Amino acid sequence: MNNIQYVAPQSIDEAVAAMAAANGTGRVLAGGTDLLIQMRAGVVSPGIIVDVKKIVEMTTIDETSGGYRIGAAVSGAVIGEHARLKKAWPGVVEAINLIGSKQIQGRASAGGNLCNASPAADSVPALVAAGAIVTVQGPKGRRDVPVEKIHAGPGRTTLQPGEIVVSFTLPARPAGSSDAYLRLIPRTEMDIAVVGCGVSLTIQNGTCTAARVGLGAVAPTVLLVEDAAKALAGSRLDDKALEAAAAACRAACKPINDKRGTIAYRTKIAGVLLKRAAGIAAERAGRK
Amino acid sequence: MEVPSSSADRRITGSDITRRELIGTAVVTGGALVGGPLLPGFIPEAAAQAGTPPGTLDLALRVNGTDHHLTLDPRTTLLDALREHLHLTGSKKGCGLGQCGACTVLMDGKRMKACLSLAALVEGREITTIEGLVRGEQLHPLQAAFIERDAFQCGYCTPGQIMAGVACINEGHAGSPEEIRDWMSGNLCRCGAYDNIVAAIQDAARAIGSGRGG
Ligand SMILES: Cc1cc2nc3c(=O)[nH]c(=O)nc-3n(C[C@H](O)[C@H](O)[C@H](O)COP(=O)(O)OP(=O)(O)OC[C@H]3O[C@@H](n4cnc5c(N)ncnc54)[C@H](O)[C@@H]3O)c2cc1C
Ligand code: FES
Ligand code: FES
Repeated sequence: MNNIQYVAPQSIDEAVAAMAAANGTGRVLAGGTDLLIQMRAGVVSPGIIVDVKKIVEMTTIDETSGGYRIGAAVSGAVIGEHARLKKAWPGVVEAINLIGSKQIQGRASAGGNLCNASPAADSVPALVAAGAIVTVQGPKGRRDVPVEKIHAGPGRTTLQPGEIVVSFTLPARPAGSSDAYLRLIPRTEMDIAVVGCGVSLTIQNGTCTAARVGLGAVAPTVLLVEDAAKALAGSRLDDKALEAAAAACRAACKPINDKRGTIAYRTKIAGVLLKRAAGIAAERAGRK
Repeated sequence: MEVPSSSADRRITGSDITRRELIGTAVVTGGALVGGPLLPGFIPEAAAQAGTPPGTLDLALRVNGTDHHLTLDPRTTLLDALREHLHLTGSKKGCGLGQCGACTVLMDGKRMKACLSLAALVEGREITTIEGLVRGEQLHPLQAAFIERDAFQCGYCTPGQIMAGVACINEGHAGSPEEIRDWMSGNLCRCGAYDNIVAAIQDAARAIGSGRGG
Protein backbone atom coordinates (compact mmCIF):
# COMPACT_ATOMS: atom_id res chain seq x y z
CA MET A 1 0.00 0.00 0.00
CA ASN A 2 2.84 2.37 0.66
CA ASN A 3 4.04 1.88 -2.89
CA ILE A 4 1.01 2.64 -5.01
CA GLN A 5 1.63 2.75 -8.72
CA TYR A 6 -0.25 4.22 -11.65
CA VAL A 7 0.30 2.74 -15.12
CA ALA A 8 -1.33 3.58 -18.42
CA PRO A 9 -0.31 0.81 -20.83
CA GLN A 10 -0.86 1.12 -24.59
CA SER A 11 -1.72 -2.55 -25.18
CA ILE A 12 -3.80 -5.28 -23.56
CA ASP A 13 -0.75 -7.53 -23.24
CA GLU A 14 1.00 -4.84 -21.20
CA ALA A 15 -2.11 -4.29 -19.09
CA VAL A 16 -2.40 -8.03 -18.38
CA ALA A 17 1.30 -8.16 -17.51
CA ALA A 18 0.88 -5.20 -15.13
CA MET A 19 -2.06 -6.92 -13.45
CA ALA A 20 -0.08 -10.16 -13.14
CA ALA A 21 2.91 -8.33 -11.65
CA ALA A 22 0.60 -6.71 -9.10
CA ASN A 23 -0.13 -10.08 -7.52
CA GLY A 24 -3.81 -9.47 -6.86
CA THR A 25 -3.44 -5.82 -5.81
CA GLY A 26 -4.07 -4.47 -9.31
CA ARG A 27 -7.25 -2.65 -10.27
CA VAL A 28 -8.36 -1.76 -13.76
CA LEU A 29 -9.41 1.86 -14.10
CA ALA A 30 -11.77 2.71 -16.95
CA GLY A 31 -13.98 5.75 -16.30
CA GLY A 32 -13.32 5.60 -12.57
CA THR A 33 -16.90 6.55 -11.69
CA ASP A 34 -17.20 3.55 -9.38
CA LEU A 35 -13.55 2.93 -8.58
CA LEU A 36 -12.62 6.43 -7.42
CA ILE A 37 -15.56 6.60 -5.06
CA GLN A 38 -14.69 3.19 -3.63
CA MET A 39 -11.05 4.22 -3.22
CA ARG A 40 -11.99 7.41 -1.41
CA ALA A 41 -14.35 5.53 0.86
CA GLY A 42 -11.50 3.13 1.64
CA VAL A 43 -13.47 0.16 0.34
CA VAL A 44 -10.71 -0.74 -2.09
CA SER A 45 -7.06 0.25 -1.94
CA PRO A 46 -5.18 -0.95 -4.98
CA GLY A 47 -1.43 -1.32 -5.04
CA ILE A 48 -1.44 -0.57 -8.72
CA ILE A 49 -3.98 1.26 -10.86
CA VAL A 50 -4.03 0.06 -14.47
CA ASP A 51 -5.62 2.78 -16.62
CA VAL A 52 -6.96 1.10 -19.77
CA LYS A 53 -8.15 4.25 -21.54
CA LYS A 54 -5.02 4.35 -23.71
CA ILE A 55 -5.63 0.90 -25.23
CA VAL A 56 -7.11 1.24 -28.72
CA GLU A 57 -8.92 -2.12 -28.73
CA MET A 58 -10.66 -1.20 -25.49
CA THR A 59 -11.68 2.32 -26.51
CA THR A 60 -13.08 1.80 -30.01
CA ILE A 61 -16.27 0.48 -31.62
CA ASP A 62 -15.99 -1.72 -34.76
CA GLU A 63 -18.60 -3.21 -37.07
CA THR A 64 -17.97 -6.90 -37.57
CA SER A 65 -19.95 -8.55 -40.41
CA GLY A 66 -23.33 -7.33 -39.23
CA GLY A 67 -22.44 -7.29 -35.55
CA TYR A 68 -20.59 -4.84 -33.35
CA ARG A 69 -17.51 -5.02 -31.14
CA ILE A 70 -17.59 -2.41 -28.38
CA GLY A 71 -14.37 -1.82 -26.43
CA ALA A 72 -14.97 -2.35 -22.71
CA ALA A 73 -13.71 1.14 -21.82
CA VAL A 74 -15.64 3.15 -24.44
CA SER A 75 -17.57 5.89 -22.64
CA GLY A 76 -21.36 6.11 -22.69
CA ALA A 77 -21.17 9.45 -24.49
CA VAL A 78 -19.21 7.92 -27.39
CA ILE A 79 -21.59 4.96 -27.59
CA GLY A 80 -24.57 7.35 -27.65
CA GLU A 81 -23.06 9.24 -30.57
CA HIS A 82 -22.65 6.10 -32.71
CA ALA A 83 -25.69 6.43 -35.00
CA ARG A 84 -25.49 2.96 -36.62
CA LEU A 85 -25.01 1.15 -33.33
CA LYS A 86 -27.94 3.09 -31.90
CA LYS A 87 -30.12 2.05 -34.82
CA ALA A 88 -29.11 -1.62 -34.57
CA TRP A 89 -29.19 -1.91 -30.76
CA PRO A 90 -31.29 0.96 -29.37
CA GLY A 91 -31.95 -0.91 -26.11
CA VAL A 92 -28.28 -1.51 -25.37
CA VAL A 93 -27.44 2.12 -26.14
CA GLU A 94 -30.31 3.55 -24.07
CA ALA A 95 -29.32 1.35 -21.13
CA ILE A 96 -25.72 2.54 -21.22
CA ASN A 97 -26.88 6.14 -21.67
CA LEU A 98 -29.04 5.89 -18.53
CA ILE A 99 -25.93 5.62 -16.36
CA GLY A 100 -25.53 8.82 -14.34
CA SER A 101 -25.60 12.37 -15.69
CA LYS A 102 -24.07 13.96 -18.78
CA GLN A 103 -20.74 14.39 -17.02
CA ILE A 104 -20.77 10.77 -15.81
CA GLN A 105 -21.58 9.68 -19.38
CA GLY A 106 -18.36 11.28 -20.57
CA ARG A 107 -16.43 8.71 -18.54
CA ALA A 108 -18.52 5.71 -17.48
CA SER A 109 -18.01 2.54 -19.53
CA ALA A 110 -20.00 -0.65 -20.06
CA GLY A 111 -16.96 -2.67 -18.96
CA GLY A 112 -16.85 -0.80 -15.66
CA ASN A 113 -20.59 -1.17 -15.21
CA LEU A 114 -20.28 -4.94 -15.71
CA CYS A 115 -17.14 -5.47 -13.61
CA ASN A 116 -18.39 -3.36 -10.72
CA ALA A 117 -20.98 -6.15 -10.50
CA SER A 118 -23.88 -4.24 -9.03
CA PRO A 119 -27.07 -6.31 -9.44
CA ALA A 120 -28.68 -3.00 -10.47
CA ALA A 121 -26.09 -2.10 -13.14
CA ASP A 122 -28.18 -0.60 -15.93
CA SER A 123 -26.29 -1.76 -19.00
CA VAL A 124 -26.09 -5.40 -17.97
CA PRO A 125 -29.72 -6.58 -18.43
CA ALA A 126 -29.73 -4.99 -21.90
CA LEU A 127 -26.42 -6.69 -22.77
CA VAL A 128 -27.78 -10.00 -21.45
CA ALA A 129 -30.90 -9.61 -23.58
CA ALA A 130 -28.69 -8.76 -26.55
CA GLY A 131 -26.76 -12.00 -26.15
CA ALA A 132 -23.51 -10.07 -25.83
CA ILE A 133 -20.30 -12.09 -25.71
CA VAL A 134 -17.57 -10.75 -23.48
CA THR A 135 -13.96 -11.16 -24.55
CA VAL A 136 -11.72 -11.53 -21.52
CA GLN A 137 -7.92 -11.61 -21.46
CA GLY A 138 -5.76 -12.75 -18.58
CA PRO A 139 -2.49 -14.48 -17.76
CA LYS A 140 -3.80 -17.67 -19.42
CA GLY A 141 -4.81 -15.95 -22.65
CA ARG A 142 -8.14 -14.98 -24.15
CA ARG A 143 -11.57 -16.45 -23.71
CA ASP A 144 -15.10 -15.54 -24.77
CA VAL A 145 -17.88 -15.68 -22.19
CA PRO A 146 -21.62 -14.94 -22.42
CA VAL A 147 -22.18 -11.73 -20.48
CA GLU A 148 -24.66 -13.36 -18.07
CA LYS A 149 -21.85 -15.63 -16.80
CA ILE A 150 -19.74 -12.71 -15.49
CA HIS A 151 -21.69 -11.72 -12.36
CA ALA A 152 -21.21 -13.98 -9.34
CA GLY A 153 -22.98 -11.87 -6.70
CA PRO A 154 -23.09 -8.29 -5.52
CA GLY A 155 -19.61 -6.86 -6.18
CA ARG A 156 -18.26 -10.25 -7.29
CA THR A 157 -17.46 -11.59 -10.75
CA THR A 158 -16.30 -14.87 -12.24
CA LEU A 159 -13.23 -13.14 -13.69
CA GLN A 160 -10.05 -14.97 -12.73
CA PRO A 161 -7.28 -13.06 -10.96
CA GLY A 162 -5.61 -10.66 -13.38
CA GLU A 163 -8.29 -10.98 -16.07
CA ILE A 164 -9.43 -7.88 -17.94
CA VAL A 165 -12.65 -7.46 -19.93
CA VAL A 166 -11.51 -6.39 -23.40
CA SER A 167 -14.74 -5.93 -25.33
CA PHE A 168 -18.38 -6.85 -25.90
CA THR A 169 -19.53 -8.44 -29.15
CA LEU A 170 -23.13 -7.92 -30.19
CA PRO A 171 -24.15 -10.56 -32.74
CA ALA A 172 -25.51 -9.94 -36.21
CA ARG A 173 -29.24 -10.65 -36.39
CA PRO A 174 -31.99 -10.76 -38.99
CA ALA A 175 -34.06 -7.83 -40.18
CA GLY A 176 -37.11 -7.32 -37.99
CA SER A 177 -35.02 -7.40 -34.81
CA SER A 178 -34.74 -4.78 -32.10
CA ASP A 179 -34.39 -4.30 -28.37
CA ALA A 180 -35.39 -2.06 -25.47
CA TYR A 181 -34.38 -1.38 -21.88
CA LEU A 182 -36.58 0.07 -19.16
CA ARG A 183 -35.79 0.73 -15.54
CA LEU A 184 -37.89 1.96 -12.69
CA ILE A 185 -36.39 4.57 -10.39
CA PRO A 186 -38.12 6.93 -7.99
CA ARG A 187 -36.49 9.97 -9.64
CA THR A 188 -36.06 10.75 -13.31
CA GLU A 189 -32.32 10.06 -13.27
CA MET A 190 -29.23 9.62 -11.12
CA ASP A 191 -30.70 6.84 -9.06
CA ILE A 192 -30.24 3.11 -8.70
CA ALA A 193 -32.69 0.88 -10.54
CA VAL A 194 -35.46 -0.66 -8.44
CA VAL A 195 -35.93 -3.05 -11.36
CA GLY A 196 -34.34 -3.00 -14.81
CA CYS A 197 -35.53 -5.08 -17.77
CA GLY A 198 -33.97 -5.60 -21.19
CA VAL A 199 -35.79 -7.36 -24.04
CA SER A 200 -34.36 -8.23 -27.44
CA LEU A 201 -36.53 -9.89 -30.08
CA THR A 202 -36.97 -10.71 -33.75
CA ILE A 203 -40.36 -10.46 -35.47
CA GLN A 204 -41.09 -12.08 -38.82
CA ASN A 205 -44.54 -11.84 -40.41
CA GLY A 206 -46.02 -10.79 -37.09
CA THR A 207 -44.59 -13.73 -35.16
CA CYS A 208 -41.83 -13.39 -32.60
CA THR A 209 -39.21 -15.87 -33.83
CA ALA A 210 -36.52 -15.23 -31.20
CA ALA A 211 -36.35 -13.44 -27.86
CA ARG A 212 -34.04 -12.88 -24.91
CA VAL A 213 -34.87 -11.23 -21.60
CA GLY A 214 -32.48 -9.78 -18.97
CA LEU A 215 -33.62 -8.65 -15.52
CA GLY A 216 -31.68 -6.45 -13.11
CA ALA A 217 -31.96 -5.48 -9.43
CA VAL A 218 -34.22 -8.39 -8.52
CA ALA A 219 -31.58 -10.97 -7.49
CA PRO A 220 -27.94 -11.06 -6.38
CA THR A 221 -26.92 -11.10 -10.05
CA VAL A 222 -28.47 -9.83 -13.26
CA LEU A 223 -30.64 -12.66 -14.62
CA LEU A 224 -31.16 -14.19 -18.05
CA VAL A 225 -34.82 -15.22 -17.88
CA GLU A 226 -35.07 -18.11 -20.32
CA ASP A 227 -38.68 -18.97 -19.43
CA ALA A 228 -39.80 -15.47 -20.32
CA ALA A 229 -38.00 -15.72 -23.66
CA LYS A 230 -39.69 -19.07 -24.32
CA ALA A 231 -43.10 -17.55 -23.63
CA LEU A 232 -42.46 -14.80 -26.18
CA ALA A 233 -40.82 -16.88 -28.92
CA GLY A 234 -43.33 -18.43 -31.30
CA SER A 235 -46.10 -16.10 -30.17
CA ARG A 236 -47.63 -13.06 -31.88
CA LEU A 237 -46.85 -11.10 -28.70
CA ASP A 238 -50.52 -11.23 -27.76
CA ASP A 239 -51.70 -10.51 -24.22
CA LYS A 240 -51.56 -14.17 -23.25
CA ALA A 241 -47.94 -14.55 -24.31
CA LEU A 242 -46.96 -11.28 -22.65
CA GLU A 243 -48.64 -12.29 -19.41
CA ALA A 244 -46.90 -15.69 -19.49
CA ALA A 245 -43.56 -13.94 -19.99
CA ALA A 246 -44.34 -11.48 -17.19
CA ALA A 247 -45.20 -14.39 -14.90
CA ALA A 248 -41.85 -16.01 -15.77
CA CYS A 249 -40.09 -12.77 -14.83
CA ARG A 250 -41.94 -12.59 -11.52
CA ALA A 251 -41.05 -16.22 -10.81
CA ALA A 252 -37.38 -15.52 -11.48
CA CYS A 253 -37.21 -12.67 -8.93
CA LYS A 254 -35.34 -13.15 -5.67
CA PRO A 255 -35.17 -9.53 -4.65
CA ILE A 256 -34.25 -7.78 -1.42
CA ASN A 257 -36.45 -5.51 0.66
CA ASP A 258 -34.94 -2.06 0.92
CA LYS A 259 -35.91 1.58 1.05
CA ARG A 260 -36.28 1.69 -2.72
CA GLY A 261 -38.68 -1.22 -3.01
CA THR A 262 -40.17 -4.14 -1.14
CA ILE A 263 -39.94 -7.71 -2.40
CA ALA A 264 -43.62 -7.67 -3.46
CA TYR A 265 -43.24 -4.34 -5.29
CA ARG A 266 -40.06 -5.33 -7.14
CA THR A 267 -41.60 -8.65 -8.18
CA LYS A 268 -44.71 -6.98 -9.54
CA ILE A 269 -42.72 -4.31 -11.37
CA ALA A 270 -40.54 -6.95 -13.06
CA GLY A 271 -43.62 -8.23 -14.88
CA VAL A 272 -44.84 -4.74 -15.76
CA LEU A 273 -41.46 -3.70 -17.21
CA LEU A 274 -41.21 -6.94 -19.22
CA LYS A 275 -44.52 -6.18 -20.96
CA ARG A 276 -43.63 -2.58 -21.67
CA ALA A 277 -40.08 -3.30 -22.83
CA ALA A 278 -41.31 -6.11 -25.10
CA GLY A 279 -43.87 -3.69 -26.56
CA ILE A 280 -41.24 -1.05 -27.28
CA ALA A 281 -38.83 -3.60 -28.78
CA ALA A 282 -41.61 -4.99 -30.98
CA GLU A 283 -42.59 -1.56 -32.18
CA ARG A 284 -38.96 -0.76 -33.01
CA ALA A 285 -38.54 -4.10 -34.79
CA GLY A 286 -41.64 -3.42 -36.86
CA ARG A 287 -40.58 0.08 -37.79
CA LYS A 288 -37.44 -1.11 -39.58
CA MET B 1 -3.74 14.81 -26.13
CA GLU B 2 -2.08 11.51 -25.19
CA VAL B 3 -0.36 11.15 -21.90
CA PRO B 4 3.36 10.93 -22.65
CA SER B 5 4.45 7.33 -22.85
CA SER B 6 6.86 7.93 -19.99
CA SER B 7 3.77 7.75 -17.82
CA ALA B 8 3.22 4.18 -18.96
CA ASP B 9 5.16 2.85 -16.00
CA ARG B 10 6.19 5.12 -13.21
CA ARG B 11 7.37 4.15 -9.81
CA ILE B 12 6.20 6.49 -7.17
CA THR B 13 8.81 8.21 -5.12
CA GLY B 14 9.10 10.85 -2.43
CA SER B 15 6.33 12.18 -0.28
CA ASP B 16 3.74 14.91 -0.47
CA ILE B 17 0.54 13.77 1.03
CA THR B 18 -2.04 16.14 2.37
CA ARG B 19 -3.53 15.64 5.77
CA ARG B 20 -6.92 14.84 4.26
CA GLU B 21 -5.47 12.12 2.04
CA LEU B 22 -3.43 10.78 4.91
CA ILE B 23 -6.57 10.40 6.98
CA GLY B 24 -8.31 8.77 4.04
CA THR B 25 -5.38 6.45 3.47
CA ALA B 26 -5.24 5.40 7.08
CA VAL B 27 -8.62 3.70 6.94
CA VAL B 28 -7.58 0.73 4.88
CA THR B 29 -4.13 -0.67 4.43
CA GLY B 30 -3.72 -3.54 2.00
CA GLY B 31 -7.44 -4.15 2.18
CA ALA B 32 -7.48 -4.77 5.93
CA LEU B 33 -8.85 -2.40 8.52
CA VAL B 34 -6.19 -0.65 10.51
CA GLY B 35 -7.16 0.16 14.08
CA GLY B 36 -6.52 3.50 15.67
CA PRO B 37 -8.24 6.84 15.76
CA LEU B 38 -8.41 8.85 12.57
CA LEU B 39 -6.78 11.87 14.10
CA PRO B 40 -4.87 14.43 12.10
CA GLY B 41 -1.31 13.24 11.90
CA PHE B 42 -2.23 9.61 12.40
CA ILE B 43 0.15 7.56 10.29
CA PRO B 44 -0.91 4.40 8.45
CA GLU B 45 0.44 1.40 10.27
CA ALA B 46 2.17 -0.14 7.28
CA ALA B 47 3.82 3.15 6.39
CA ALA B 48 5.01 3.61 9.96
CA GLN B 49 6.44 0.10 10.08
CA ALA B 50 8.18 0.33 6.76
CA GLY B 51 9.50 3.76 7.64
CA THR B 52 8.56 5.08 4.19
CA PRO B 53 5.70 7.43 3.48
CA PRO B 54 3.12 6.62 0.85
CA GLY B 55 4.40 7.15 -2.68
CA THR B 56 3.94 10.16 -4.88
CA LEU B 57 3.80 10.94 -8.56
CA ASP B 58 5.37 13.82 -10.49
CA LEU B 59 3.10 15.23 -13.10
CA ALA B 60 2.43 18.28 -15.23
CA LEU B 61 -1.08 19.72 -15.30
CA ARG B 62 -2.11 22.30 -17.85
CA VAL B 63 -4.76 24.48 -16.23
CA ASN B 64 -6.21 27.64 -17.77
CA GLY B 65 -3.33 27.79 -20.22
CA THR B 66 -0.54 27.49 -17.65
CA ASP B 67 1.60 24.41 -16.98
CA HIS B 68 2.00 23.38 -13.37
CA HIS B 69 4.44 20.75 -12.10
CA LEU B 70 3.12 18.90 -9.09
CA THR B 71 4.19 16.05 -6.90
CA LEU B 72 1.08 14.26 -5.76
CA ASP B 73 -0.19 11.10 -4.17
CA PRO B 74 -1.40 9.13 -7.22
CA ARG B 75 -4.86 8.91 -5.67
CA THR B 76 -5.26 12.69 -5.63
CA THR B 77 -8.37 13.67 -7.54
CA LEU B 78 -8.23 16.45 -10.08
CA LEU B 79 -10.51 18.48 -7.79
CA ASP B 80 -8.17 18.20 -4.82
CA ALA B 81 -5.18 18.98 -7.04
CA LEU B 82 -6.92 22.14 -8.25
CA ARG B 83 -8.17 23.27 -4.87
CA GLU B 84 -5.50 22.18 -2.44
CA HIS B 85 -2.34 22.22 -4.55
CA LEU B 86 -3.01 24.92 -7.15
CA HIS B 87 -5.29 26.92 -4.81
CA LEU B 88 -7.88 27.32 -7.54
CA THR B 89 -10.81 27.13 -5.16
CA GLY B 90 -13.44 28.22 -7.68
CA SER B 91 -14.27 24.59 -8.42
CA LYS B 92 -16.36 23.43 -5.47
CA LYS B 93 -16.62 20.12 -3.70
CA GLY B 94 -20.29 19.48 -3.05
CA CYS B 95 -20.45 15.73 -2.68
CA GLY B 96 -17.15 14.31 -3.88
CA LEU B 97 -19.24 11.47 -5.31
CA GLY B 98 -20.03 12.60 -8.84
CA GLN B 99 -23.60 13.46 -8.02
CA CYS B 100 -23.92 17.23 -7.69
CA GLY B 101 -21.79 18.77 -10.46
CA ALA B 102 -20.31 21.54 -8.27
CA CYS B 103 -16.82 20.45 -9.34
CA THR B 104 -17.49 20.56 -13.11
CA VAL B 105 -14.49 21.70 -15.19
CA LEU B 106 -13.68 21.41 -18.88
CA MET B 107 -11.15 18.91 -20.22
CA ASP B 108 -10.22 19.72 -23.83
CA GLY B 109 -13.49 21.67 -23.93
CA LYS B 110 -15.64 18.79 -22.66
CA ARG B 111 -17.24 18.91 -19.24
CA MET B 112 -16.19 16.51 -16.54
CA LYS B 113 -16.56 16.12 -12.81
CA ALA B 114 -13.18 16.88 -11.28
CA CYS B 115 -13.99 14.86 -8.17
CA LEU B 116 -14.31 11.72 -10.31
CA SER B 117 -10.99 12.01 -12.09
CA LEU B 118 -7.51 11.44 -10.79
CA ALA B 119 -5.11 14.28 -11.50
CA ALA B 120 -2.83 11.65 -13.06
CA LEU B 121 -5.47 10.89 -15.69
CA VAL B 122 -5.60 14.39 -17.14
CA GLU B 123 -1.88 14.99 -17.63
CA GLY B 124 -1.36 16.63 -21.01
CA ARG B 125 -5.01 17.66 -21.27
CA GLU B 126 -6.20 21.24 -21.34
CA ILE B 127 -8.16 21.86 -18.15
CA THR B 128 -10.33 24.96 -17.86
CA THR B 129 -11.78 26.02 -14.53
CA ILE B 130 -14.09 28.91 -13.66
CA GLU B 131 -10.98 31.03 -13.03
CA GLY B 132 -9.98 30.55 -16.66
CA LEU B 133 -13.17 31.87 -18.28
CA VAL B 134 -12.58 35.57 -17.81
CA ARG B 135 -10.64 37.42 -20.52
CA GLY B 136 -8.78 40.23 -18.76
CA GLU B 137 -11.59 42.25 -17.22
CA GLN B 138 -14.17 40.82 -19.62
CA LEU B 139 -16.49 38.24 -18.09
CA HIS B 140 -17.50 35.26 -20.22
CA PRO B 141 -20.99 35.91 -21.67
CA LEU B 142 -22.42 33.18 -19.43
CA GLN B 143 -20.84 34.70 -16.32
CA ALA B 144 -22.38 38.03 -17.28
CA ALA B 145 -25.73 36.36 -17.95
CA PHE B 146 -25.70 34.68 -14.53
CA ILE B 147 -25.31 38.10 -12.89
CA GLU B 148 -27.91 39.70 -15.16
CA ARG B 149 -30.43 36.92 -14.49
CA ASP B 150 -29.61 36.54 -10.80
CA ALA B 151 -29.06 32.85 -11.48
CA PHE B 152 -27.87 31.92 -7.98
CA GLN B 153 -28.59 32.36 -4.34
CA CYS B 154 -25.78 30.99 -2.17
CA GLY B 155 -23.53 30.57 -5.20
CA TYR B 156 -22.03 27.25 -4.21
CA CYS B 157 -23.21 25.40 -7.29
CA THR B 158 -22.54 28.36 -9.58
CA PRO B 159 -19.00 27.66 -10.84
CA GLY B 160 -20.07 24.13 -11.76
CA GLN B 161 -23.29 25.37 -13.35
CA ILE B 162 -21.37 27.92 -15.42
CA MET B 163 -18.75 25.42 -16.61
CA ALA B 164 -21.44 22.88 -17.51
CA GLY B 165 -23.44 25.69 -19.15
CA VAL B 166 -20.48 26.75 -21.27
CA ALA B 167 -20.10 23.16 -22.47
CA CYS B 168 -23.87 22.85 -23.00
CA ILE B 169 -23.81 25.92 -25.27
CA ASN B 170 -20.67 24.80 -27.14
CA GLU B 171 -22.16 21.34 -27.72
CA GLY B 172 -25.23 22.95 -29.29
CA HIS B 173 -27.57 21.68 -26.59
CA ALA B 174 -29.00 25.06 -25.58
CA GLY B 175 -31.77 25.24 -28.16
CA SER B 176 -34.77 25.26 -25.82
CA PRO B 177 -35.43 25.39 -22.07
CA GLU B 178 -36.32 21.68 -22.15
CA GLU B 179 -33.10 20.80 -23.93
CA ILE B 180 -31.07 22.91 -21.49
CA ARG B 181 -32.75 21.26 -18.50
CA ASP B 182 -31.95 17.82 -19.90
CA TRP B 183 -28.33 18.58 -20.69
CA MET B 184 -27.79 20.43 -17.39
CA SER B 185 -29.34 17.69 -15.29
CA GLY B 186 -25.96 16.63 -13.87
CA ASN B 187 -25.77 19.91 -11.93
CA LEU B 188 -27.86 20.28 -8.81
CA CYS B 189 -28.77 23.58 -7.18
CA ARG B 190 -29.70 23.30 -3.51
CA CYS B 191 -31.17 26.80 -3.62
CA GLY B 192 -33.41 25.97 -6.55
CA ALA B 193 -32.25 28.71 -8.92
CA TYR B 194 -32.97 26.48 -11.91
CA ASP B 195 -35.36 28.81 -13.77
CA ASN B 196 -32.84 31.63 -13.74
CA ILE B 197 -29.96 29.30 -14.62
CA VAL B 198 -31.87 28.10 -17.69
CA ALA B 199 -32.68 31.70 -18.64
CA ALA B 200 -29.03 32.74 -18.27
CA ILE B 201 -27.87 29.89 -20.49
CA GLN B 202 -30.46 30.82 -23.11
CA ASP B 203 -29.30 34.45 -23.03
CA ALA B 204 -25.64 33.50 -23.31
CA ALA B 205 -26.34 31.01 -26.10
CA ARG B 206 -28.04 33.80 -28.06
CA ALA B 207 -25.21 36.22 -27.29
CA ILE B 208 -22.63 33.69 -28.47
CA GLY B 209 -24.82 32.91 -31.45
CA SER B 210 -24.68 29.14 -31.28
CA GLY B 211 -27.92 28.13 -29.67
CA ARG B 212 -27.88 25.15 -32.01
CA GLY B 213 -25.44 23.07 -33.95
CA GLY B 214 -22.29 24.20 -32.10
C1 LIG C 1 -23.34 10.14 -9.92
C2 LIG C 1 -23.32 8.71 -10.37
C3 LIG C 1 -24.45 8.16 -10.95
C4 LIG C 1 -24.45 6.84 -11.39
N1 LIG C 1 -25.59 6.35 -11.96
C5 LIG C 1 -25.63 5.07 -12.39
C6 LIG C 1 -26.80 4.54 -13.00
O1 LIG C 1 -27.79 5.26 -13.19
N2 LIG C 1 -26.80 3.25 -13.39
C7 LIG C 1 -25.71 2.44 -13.22
O2 LIG C 1 -25.77 1.28 -13.61
N3 LIG C 1 -24.57 2.92 -12.64
C8 LIG C 1 -24.52 4.21 -12.21
N4 LIG C 1 -23.37 4.68 -11.63
C9 LIG C 1 -22.24 3.78 -11.40
C10 LIG C 1 -21.11 3.87 -12.46
O3 LIG C 1 -21.08 5.12 -13.09
C11 LIG C 1 -21.26 2.78 -13.53
O4 LIG C 1 -21.22 1.52 -12.92
C12 LIG C 1 -20.19 2.88 -14.62
O5 LIG C 1 -20.60 2.15 -15.75
C13 LIG C 1 -18.83 2.38 -14.21
O6 LIG C 1 -17.95 2.49 -15.31
P1 LIG C 1 -16.47 3.09 -15.18
O7 LIG C 1 -15.86 2.99 -16.52
O8 LIG C 1 -16.50 4.43 -14.55
O9 LIG C 1 -15.85 2.02 -14.17
P2 LIG C 1 -14.60 2.12 -13.17
O10 LIG C 1 -14.98 2.90 -11.97
O11 LIG C 1 -13.38 2.52 -13.90
O12 LIG C 1 -14.50 0.58 -12.79
C14 LIG C 1 -15.50 -0.09 -12.03
C15 LIG C 1 -14.97 -1.43 -11.54
O13 LIG C 1 -14.78 -2.33 -12.62
C16 LIG C 1 -13.42 -2.67 -12.77
N5 LIG C 1 -13.16 -2.61 -14.22
C17 LIG C 1 -13.44 -1.55 -15.03
N6 LIG C 1 -13.18 -1.88 -16.32
C18 LIG C 1 -12.73 -3.16 -16.31
C19 LIG C 1 -12.30 -4.05 -17.34
N7 LIG C 1 -12.30 -3.68 -18.62
N8 LIG C 1 -11.89 -5.29 -16.98
C20 LIG C 1 -11.89 -5.66 -15.67
N9 LIG C 1 -12.30 -4.86 -14.66
C21 LIG C 1 -12.72 -3.62 -14.98
C22 LIG C 1 -12.65 -1.66 -11.96
O14 LIG C 1 -11.43 -2.18 -11.48
C23 LIG C 1 -13.62 -1.34 -10.86
O15 LIG C 1 -13.58 -2.32 -9.87
C24 LIG C 1 -23.32 6.03 -11.20
C25 LIG C 1 -22.16 6.57 -10.63
C26 LIG C 1 -22.15 7.90 -10.22
C27 LIG C 1 -20.91 8.47 -9.63
S1 FES D 1 -18.25 17.36 -5.95
FE1 FES D 1 -17.99 16.43 -7.87
S2 FES D 1 -20.00 15.98 -8.43
FE2 FES D 1 -20.28 16.70 -6.39
S1 FES E 1 -27.19 28.84 -5.73
FE1 FES E 1 -27.08 27.77 -3.87
S2 FES E 1 -26.80 25.72 -4.59
FE2 FES E 1 -27.22 26.78 -6.38
